[in-house]
Amino acid sequence: MSTVRKATKKSSGLGQLMIPLVALGILVLFNLIRDPSFFSIEMATNNSGNQVLSGNLISIIDSASGLAIIAMGMTLVTAACGGQDISVGAVGAIAGAFFVKIANTDNGITGGSAILGFIVCVLGTIAFMMFNGTLVAVFKIQPMIATLILFSCGRSIAYWINGSATPQLTSPIIDALGKTIPGIPIPTPIFAVILMAILLALVFKFTNLRLYTQSVGINQGAARLNGINPTAIKLLSFVILGVCVAVAAVIGVSRLHQLNHKTLLVDIEMDAILAVAIGGNNLGGGKFRLLGSVLGAYIIQMLTTTLYSMSVAPVNVKAYKAIVIIIIVVAGSPVIKNKISMLITRIKAGKLQASAAKGVE
Amino acid sequence: MKRREPLNNTQLLMTIAIGIFFVMYIAAMIFMGGGFLKVQQVFDLLNDNAYLIIIGCALTIVMIGGGINISVGGVISLTVMACALYLNGTGLQNAGGIVVTFLLALGIGLAFGAGMGFLISYLDIQPFIVTLAGMFLSRGLTTILSVNPVKVTHEPFLALVKTKIQIPFLGYVAQNGNLIPAKLEIGAVVALLIVIISFVMLRYVKLGRNIYALGGNQQSALMLGINVRRTRFLSYVISGLLSGLAGFIFLMHKPAGNASVAMRSEMDAIAASIIGGTLLTGGVGNVIGTFFGVMILATIQKIIGLSPLNESWWQDMASGALLGVFILLQSVVLSSREKRRAQKAATAPVLQKG
Repeated sequence: MSTVRKATKKSSGLGQLMIPLVALGILVLFNLIRDPSFFSIEMATNNSGNQVLSGNLISIIDSASGLAIIAMGMTLVTAACGGQDISVGAVGAIAGAFFVKIANTDNGITGGSAILGFIVCVLGTIAFMMFNGTLVAVFKIQPMIATLILFSCGRSIAYWINGSATPQLTSPIIDALGKTIPGIPIPTPIFAVILMAILLALVFKFTNLRLYTQSVGINQGAARLNGINPTAIKLLSFVILGVCVAVAAVIGVSRLHQLNHKTLLVDIEMDAILAVAIGGNNLGGGKFRLLGSVLGAYIIQMLTTTLYSMSVAPVNVKAYKAIVIIIIVVAGSPVIKNKISMLITRIKAGKLQASAAKGVE
Repeated sequence: MKRREPLNNTQLLMTIAIGIFFVMYIAAMIFMGGGFLKVQQVFDLLNDNAYLIIIGCALTIVMIGGGINISVGGVISLTVMACALYLNGTGLQNAGGIVVTFLLALGIGLAFGAGMGFLISYLDIQPFIVTLAGMFLSRGLTTILSVNPVKVTHEPFLALVKTKIQIPFLGYVAQNGNLIPAKLEIGAVVALLIVIISFVMLRYVKLGRNIYALGGNQQSALMLGINVRRTRFLSYVISGLLSGLAGFIFLMHKPAGNASVAMRSEMDAIAASIIGGTLLTGGVGNVIGTFFGVMILATIQKIIGLSPLNESWWQDMASGALLGVFILLQSVVLSSREKRRAQKAATAPVLQKG
């Protein structure tokens, strides 16, 4: 068992992270050359009078939180099921609706109601994700098709759960969840990402979930013959995605101080799938690296922030983003990779020949 | 001798879709009456959804080949915007302007289809990501062209928009005694033609057969001597061309460019393909089924729209539920078939021995 794990770790090691790391490096370099003060961080006082860190870097890491969390869950679903969940945005709206419905009592939002709301939100989201998971794992439907159902009606369900259109939320608790906790200068969503990452890392450390997920993704039949229950693993990946979506939704609601079923986590499914792909994970399932997907999420957010700071209109950002995405995926495509490695071996061989020739002389 | 099965999976799923469409429509005729009793209602469904039928065909062709194309909606919006701007700015205020616009629409579609097809088939990049980038690019270019809605002012084109095929004998007599002929837009006729052409292409032309083979099993297709890369490339080129054409048809239906044109229509097209019996795994599917898939989605929207529950969120819920029922039905039907086949295979040798 341990050798197998070592082997998988070795083969999906740094090589997979090459492309995202290089892309991130180029983005950082580009920004440094364009505007050396782009990454400067300073203390500032926010609206509620707290000392907080501010700067482009903080805002990039902060705004990418929801995406990074969802990308982690999406990676697991992708690895286990060989397909993507396109309903995360819509289910996120449902999660937000659950949270606001319970947390927003007549007396406003109290600590207790927020905790209760969060628990209900997580459970409710898991229930909806189990619906997706059941279609995928039990009825053997392609993930994208199965999640198309909630994709098309999820936001309507969110609207139906909460009844009214856009409830406004004003409470120090919401501030603390979406922005910063008084006294701590770092935005709370960043801690949420770290917490989720640590949780998942612990799960992978102390269970065989990573190995099981990868084997189900690579060859379901072989995994079953080896005593792994593919249905359970697939369902579990959807449950984990559900928890991720719930956390991201609570962050999203708290950040905007309102629940809008039409705009909460809108289009995040596409960005999350992109993050998974940019992270070098195979969208057909199998081996995966969570770190790659998280890096992918930060790359996407840094790209967006860079474009904004170059005064590109928000509606036009998509076009430039598409071009950068195409460059990244082309650089990471198997054909180009092969060509490059062939080139490298040829250069190395040439050097060897040259040195051999020198030796003969 | 191999016994032929009465219906293969494609035909079975398609038959279910067609059956449900007729059941639904007849139920609407009985319980809702009114508009549903007129032929014009069917024509209206065709007129309003002509572009969706065309991109449904585009999606079906790509999905049969084992791929996916989610850029179709974006390409429509870009085509509509570019054509609207060209029509307003051109000096050709005659039929020539329309021809150039038509070529522009096809050109945009072709450019996107060929570009994405190249990346997918010759560089082996995942189709979902490439077409997602295509969607971002086309939507972004639409807003770069113009953030504000653009209304077409080109006179000959507006005349073309108003041109409708009138069929008197399918019309109905209005309350004041005048006969109102049934009206079919040119776009709807084009959409029906595209369905027929795609059907013939997929069934009787070498390229179409190759696409089925490619989606069924890429390895076997390669062994059979099919140029897998070129076939896949061509399937994306066709889908790109069809989305450009759909953009032109959209402009003929609503002569105005807008950044939010055909929003999420790619998902509607995918849903229609699935309802019609196309499988995302490839190798199975039929454009006739897709056509009925579009009609089913359109009919349910119309029924909800005319019923007391006429809010948009009820329509969303209804189409979601409908999709769910179809997907489950297909899964159950296919898996029970598989089981029966497996049972036959298991019992056959025993019988021979006995």
